[in-house]
Amino acid sequence: MADPDNRPFAIRQYAPDQLREALRRMYLIRRFEEGAEQSYMRGLIHGTMHLSIGQEASAMASCIELSDQDKITSTHRGHGHCIAKGADVGRMFAEFFGKETGYCHGRGGSMHIADVKTGNLGANGIVGGGIPIAVGAALSAKKLGRPDVTICFFGDGANNEGAFHEALNMAAIWKLPVIFICENNKYGMSTPAAYATAVPNIADRAAAYAMPGVTVDGNDFSAVAEAVHNAIARARAGEGPSLIENLTYRWRGHSKSDRNRYRTKEEIEDWIAKDPILRFRAELITHGILDEAEAGAIEAAAAEAVEQGIEFAKQSPAPSVTDVTRYVYAEA
Amino acid sequence: MTTREISYSEAIREAMAIALDSDPAVILMGEDIGTYGGAFQVTLDLIDRYGPERVMDTPISELGGAGVAVGAALTGLKPIFEFQFSDFAALAMEQIVNQAAKLRYMLGGEASVPVVFRMPAGSGTGAAAQHSQSLEAWFGHVPGLKVVQPSTPEDAKGLLLAALADPDPVLIFEHKLLYKMKGPVPEGAYTTPIGKARIARAGRDVTIVAGAIMLHRALEAAEKLAAEGIDAEVIDLRSIRPIDHETILASVRRTGRLMVVYEGVKSYGVGAEISAMVAESDAFDYLEAPILRLGGAEAPIPYNPDLERVAVPQTDGIEAAARSLVRGEV
Ligand SMILES: Cc1ncc(C[n+]2csc(CCOP(=O)(O)OP(=O)(O)O)c2C)c(N)n1
Ligand SMILES: [Mg+2]
Repeated sequence: MADPDNRPFAIRQYAPDQLREALRRMYLIRRFEEGAEQSYMRGLIHGTMHLSIGQEASAMASCIELSDQDKITSTHRGHGHCIAKGADVGRMFAEFFGKETGYCHGRGGSMHIADVKTGNLGANGIVGGGIPIAVGAALSAKKLGRPDVTICFFGDGANNEGAFHEALNMAAIWKLPVIFICENNKYGMSTPAAYATAVPNIADRAAAYAMPGVTVDGNDFSAVAEAVHNAIARARAGEGPSLIENLTYRWRGHSKSDRNRYRTKEEIEDWIAKDPILRFRAELITHGILDEAEAGAIEAAAAEAVEQGIEFAKQSPAPSVTDVTRYVYAEA
Repeated sequence: MTTREISYSEAIREAMAIALDSDPAVILMGEDIGTYGGAFQVTLDLIDRYGPERVMDTPISELGGAGVAVGAALTGLKPIFEFQFSDFAALAMEQIVNQAAKLRYMLGGEASVPVVFRMPAGSGTGAAAQHSQSLEAWFGHVPGLKVVQPSTPEDAKGLLLAALADPDPVLIFEHKLLYKMKGPVPEGAYTTPIGKARIARAGRDVTIVAGAIMLHRALEAAEKLAAEGIDAEVIDLRSIRPIDHETILASVRRTGRLMVVYEGVKSYGVGAEISAMVAESDAFDYLEAPILRLGGAEAPIPYNPDLERVAVPQTDGIEAAARSLVRGEV
């Protein structure tokens, strides 16, 4: 075992059970998305989807300290956030399969996956759409005297939407308990962040809104957890918002129709070698949180949960077509 | 002029290439329209042929991007701005509605905004509520804008070239399900006049007005009805603003029955406008049955494929509705 003082933040900060659960959820995200991808190829899922494979540490480390009262707003690449926040993969698959038992009763699909009960206010089909909503959730917490914080996920592409700038400014002037987490995976669809964004680091934009901004290695679980921990402490103390930029990478194409013409195979392979799950797993083993066999068992359990989730979705009933206008308004 | 079969998206691309070749003021702007070739591969290789100076990828900034296009159009350029999905024009409403549409008028005719907005629209792709809307009627409500909706490859090219030649802002609603559809398209430059509908199928018993994908469903329904001796006239609306009163009214006077089929939400839409046009005219006296609107459900577009299907008019529904209308069952 390494010298306790030099141990990574996450190992010092969290109980072994919490860390094992974090690893389990990261595997669950990976296996879930692989399962979704296979189901799509088998024609069980239609439409499109955006996979976050390769970005699991960013999702999980950002959510590790959150309770169900804390909120998140997510993005079109939101499966990881949803699972990290505690959603059930069976109901997620059911949604992807368009079933009534899905989180959105088959109306939303992958791009609108949400789990309001665990504080996930939803993925979003509109880039940047969730950013002001997160600020609104933080405003509720402050005005209603609740201690919850809101984590707002968005991509590097979203930081060029007007909504981002307007929302950060309001969060800052009203000192709201919100943490803006930019998952910078280098591209918005095909457009490099380096081309589309005037500043070298998206975290630099925090200066314009008088809030702290940090850039961290988004594939380093502990680095993300530490940055988010500090931002949550600041938010709960009433000191206002923070901006965190997690540098990461999506292994898969942007969506189901991406020919990957804007990046090289070498670049993709380089990042696959930086697998955030293997890295976290190795760290937990190094620090004696678990051993190889336990890690293997966690991985296998995640695969099993995904199989069961797919089965649940397959067995679930579809919504009735006569209910096409149901949920447009509150039911009397 | 020789004609060959090409797809709707090829036809649009060909129009853009003709424009880029013939007018140095033309530029293309939009998200991922360069290397990626556009979300629907409409711009495809134009970046290779014309370079990034003329095929400009914008950041994900719809309000700003549309506004930059408006400002450039005001001052000598002729931008063709692609919204990746027409739904995202909601983020740019300010520049389209408050600026582009009104600048000429507010400035007493001293300014011109020759911008073209390309709007991939419609449902049927499983992309759910925020990527499947048919919002053309929104823009039809705004004086200063022109709104067209090609249903064939030939018109997709001709209307885009007409839009470019037009001194005012034009929005072109391209139906996503049509991009791969092939049809005869003349080579070289030509324009399809904005504001002119087209009789796609002549008939005596009922007038069906439809646009974009609905035109094809209406034509299919008409063929089925023909087997039963019901002879439907199908009008390809093509232009929502300005709208072709003459063609529609003349047809209603001939058939005595009107049905409007459109994908947008039924209420407050294209159907209301056309119905009112007939009700306010002498053609009303020729009606032998109530006017029938067949539009989208009063709901966002759902994800589940069966729900998605019933949320907008389909061929069988059009066929059944036209049959009851002609048989006096409405
Ligand atoms: C307002 C809006 N514009 C464009 C799109 C199309 N679109 C969906 S995701 C995406 C790229 C987003 O990039 P980024 O924010 O970096 O997130 P990532 O996909 O990399 O996770 C684009 C252009 C959209 N959904 N909404
Ligand atoms: Mg990105």
